[in-house]
Amino acid sequence: MTTAFTPVLAAIGGALIGLAVVLTMALLGRIAGISGIIGGLLRPKRGDLGWRATFLIGLAAAPLLHLAVFGNWPAFRLSTPTGVIIVAGLLVGLGTRLGSGCTSGHGVCGMARLSLRSVVATAIFMGTALVTVFLVRHAAEIF
Amino acid sequence: MIAKAAGFICGLIFGLGLTVSGMSNPAKVLNFLDVLGTWDPSLLVVMAAALIVTFVGYRLVWRRAAPVCAADFQKPQAMKVDRRLVSGSVMFGVGWGLVGLCPGPAITALIIGGEPALYFFLAMIVGMGLAEVLFLGPQVQPAGQHAKHRRHHK
Repeated sequence: MTTAFTPVLAAIGGALIGLAVVLTMALLGRIAGISGIIGGLLRPKRGDLGWRATFLIGLAAAPLLHLAVFGNWPAFRLSTPTGVIIVAGLLVGLGTRLGSGCTSGHGVCGMARLSLRSVVATAIFMGTALVTVFLVRHAAEIF
Repeated sequence: MIAKAAGFICGLIFGLGLTVSGMSNPAKVLNFLDVLGTWDPSLLVVMAAALIVTFVGYRLVWRRAAPVCAADFQKPQAMKVDRRLVSGSVMFGVGWGLVGLCPGPAITALIIGGEPALYFFLAMIVGMGLAEVLFLGPQVQPAGQHAKHRRHHK
């Protein structure tokens, strides 16, 4: 199913993500990588839990703010079978912690720091995700 | 208390960025990844905008001596591309490509995504826990990183 290319909203949303990432560094001195923020809760250290918990609560509450501002819920469509969803969730959880980051930590924060590790990680997860979608959606047409 | 409030505001703005840009919708993310099919380049624009703001913003922020509500800036210390980084990123990419959810949108989906989003979130937390138990044992990271952070403090 198609979704429309929405460059203006994409640019505004991307700038908001960048603003949040910069504020997290300016106020808390931390990298705003979501997998890392969750990971820190799974490996609790004294005095390091509060901001992580409230960050994730704010993140989870964002659709409510979206509703208040725009008068509609953000679109969400997910039709993947439950078994695949669970396997994918395990892979995303395991992979982001093992690889020390996800789309936000490596893709935005790390790339903006010009970190070689983050550039390599982003190229790899983008590449494997592209290949995965190709195989799921188009392999049957070709083979 | 101030750090907690700051965390909430940062998370809220981050999440609004995801919902406004449409990246909280797995269908839109999967279409970005489907270059040879129903391609939707929106994610590229999101990434570019976020990167420009962060690139400039980080450099302005780092001119200050310290963050507003914390003792110091904590930047990742690891430099080497190792097997762990590569294999983890491969796993993440496959999972991301299967469903179109990465950790941020997995959290904004808790309210808007219904039962499937909850399954994904729980599986992701289990996966993160497995990574801690199987690969990131308690002694591995803290030893090197903490020593470095303490040096920064002084």
